[in-house]
Amino acid sequence: MSEQLFLAMRQSIIDGAPDKARELAQQWLASGVDPLEAVNQGFAAGIKFAGDQFGCGEMFLPDLLASAEAMKAAIKVLEPEMLKRGSQREALGKIVLGTARGDIHDIGKNLVATILSASGFQIFDLGTSVTPEAFVAKAKEVDADIVGVSALLTTTMAGQKAVIEALDRNGLRPRVKAIIGGAAVTSKWAAEIGADGFSRNAIDALELAKNLMSKGTAQA
Amino acid sequence: MRPRIQLLSAELIGRILGEAFELLRNPGVRVGSAPVVELLRLAGVEIEEGVARLPEALVRKCLASAPHNFYLYNRQGEKAVHYGGDDVHFDPGSCCVQMLDPETLEARPSETRDLVRIVQVAESLPQFTAQSTAVVCNDAPSAIGDLYRLLVVLQHSDKPVVTGSFSAAGLQGMIDLLAADSGSAEKLRQEPRAVFDVCPSPPLNWSEFGSHNLLDLARAGVPAEIVAMPLAGGTAPVTLAGSVTQHAAEVLAGITLHQLAGAGSPVVWGGAPAIFDMRTGGAPMGAVETAMLNMACAEVGKHLGLPTHGYLVATDSKFVDAQAGAESARSAMLGALTGINMVSGAGMIESLACHSVEKLVIDAESIASAQRLARGIEVRGNESLAIGMFAQTGLSGEFLKLKETRALFRQEQYLPSAVIDRSARGSEPPSDVFTRARTRVDELVSTYRKPSLPEDVLRKFQAIVEREAERAGVAAELPEN
Repeated sequence: MSEQLFLAMRQSIIDGAPDKARELAQQWLASGVDPLEAVNQGFAAGIKFAGDQFGCGEMFLPDLLASAEAMKAAIKVLEPEMLKRGSQREALGKIVLGTARGDIHDIGKNLVATILSASGFQIFDLGTSVTPEAFVAKAKEVDADIVGVSALLTTTMAGQKAVIEALDRNGLRPRVKAIIGGAAVTSKWAAEIGADGFSRNAIDALELAKNLMSKGTAQA
Repeated sequence: MRPRIQLLSAELIGRILGEAFELLRNPGVRVGSAPVVELLRLAGVEIEEGVARLPEALVRKCLASAPHNFYLYNRQGEKAVHYGGDDVHFDPGSCCVQMLDPETLEARPSETRDLVRIVQVAESLPQFTAQSTAVVCNDAPSAIGDLYRLLVVLQHSDKPVVTGSFSAAGLQGMIDLLAADSGSAEKLRQEPRAVFDVCPSPPLNWSEFGSHNLLDLARAGVPAEIVAMPLAGGTAPVTLAGSVTQHAAEVLAGITLHQLAGAGSPVVWGGAPAIFDMRTGGAPMGAVETAMLNMACAEVGKHLGLPTHGYLVATDSKFVDAQAGAESARSAMLGALTGINMVSGAGMIESLACHSVEKLVIDAESIASAQRLARGIEVRGNESLAIGMFAQTGLSGEFLKLKETRALFRQEQYLPSAVIDRSARGSEPPSDVFTRARTRVDELVSTYRKPSLPEDVLRKFQAIVEREAERAGVAAELPEN
């Protein structure tokens, strides 16, 4: 029975069907088994599949977002019970996100936040046109693992460099990793400003964040 | 509203047809063969020294019996191509003798393996609703080369086929091949799988070979596509309007012969008109005036309510380069906006001498864009255009999350294959379109599945090939494919 339910959960995420995901989550709660199992063996498999499909061009941004929304809907139902049991999903890591100072374009950053959050990262989204000081303050406050700075324009890309310099000045690196993204960003620019990584889209960002976390653990 | 482009006013079409009817009377049409002369004499036509003077009343009577639309069927018996109205289909260009080698970038004589590769790729691409007997196979006996090309296409494709015969005697074998595939000659007549291109010689000459084919096709009820090809300034008047007039006269004469032989048989107002290049003496297929001729000729055919055909999406470049892309994409759009039922020419380079399968996959993207353009801007549902979506998003800008976005983006946007580069600059060095086209061709070929034909059909094919080889006096040994 569980096997079938897990498959249905996975499918509800792939289909991007929040109502179905919510219903399956409620059904699981009624059974009284640890909700974490439903997340790990059911819903999360759907997000993984959607991400892979997006990566090879079979799914598109609206599909991916719908999958992430369905994931959120399921987690929202399961979360209170997980908190009660003290079995909440262990966050893969804490990530502070925002767009560079002067840049108000946030579609890419929001996508990254949605995908990373749906995949199990804890996201602290500072919004748009964020100062280097605000990035540093938030990273300290939440004991962040990663800081991600997005910039669409070549003119605001300098703001990414400013954040990395501020993290260095405050002694947060190398423990806190700095990653960048945005339409104009290249690997060359990432290397030039000493970023710990860059990605071209939200799915690559997920891979990047996972890789950085496993490196961090290895170093610790 | 479906976007349209129209080059000729109703008044000008009236003048074109008026002069075309006049040309059919004076100077008349050259007719080459005894059966055609006989057929015309029976219809009361005056013929002197091989020139027939066709009275307008007879031509109009034949126009009246020509069907305004018909379908081509695929092997599964489904309607796959609609000849009629403003429907637009594309097929790969026909009858090249050379193939562009993607390794050496040189043109070499085309062979069976090239035709197979073109058919495999066109079979996998929805942009091509029909196949064509795209290249001559120089490794097969040329005396039965037309039959052999069709055999190869039928062995590798379920789609309808645009084809043609190389001689008066060769046609019957090809019709027999199609009838064997369909089950019977009657089934082929009911649900034709192929259309045959038949060409008059400019100016105003229906040769023995062309007119024989027309009569035989009309009697068999297999669709004929009259491909008249005036060269403006060379074999036709230099003015575009004058060449369109000659084209109309040549096709009207063909329809007359065709309908006299088989009233009601399907026939297409087709063409491959071009301008005549005053520097090289060639026929520049990529020239905008060549596209304009094709559009105008089709407009005359549409005015008469007939199914139409044209030759576009080709280029004069020797490579698959920017010129090839520009000329081919431009004429694909013009053909789609004119509503030409069958547009032939994709994949062709070097005027019409050489084929490139890499160009075929690039042209497929231009064709898809042209088809998207021709669909126009559509209003979806009865709800508002934008207010309903703003009611959900407010000023948050979160349109990506709307269910409407997910439900409609595939209808609103054509999603190109990886042949079209829309990626952000990343860690991989960017590639050029020819490189990506080569990869795409390899992918399509590797996922292609050959149709499996029943044993008895294959045996019938073999018997027809042996019979035709004997008739032509060549060995029936054919290349492996």
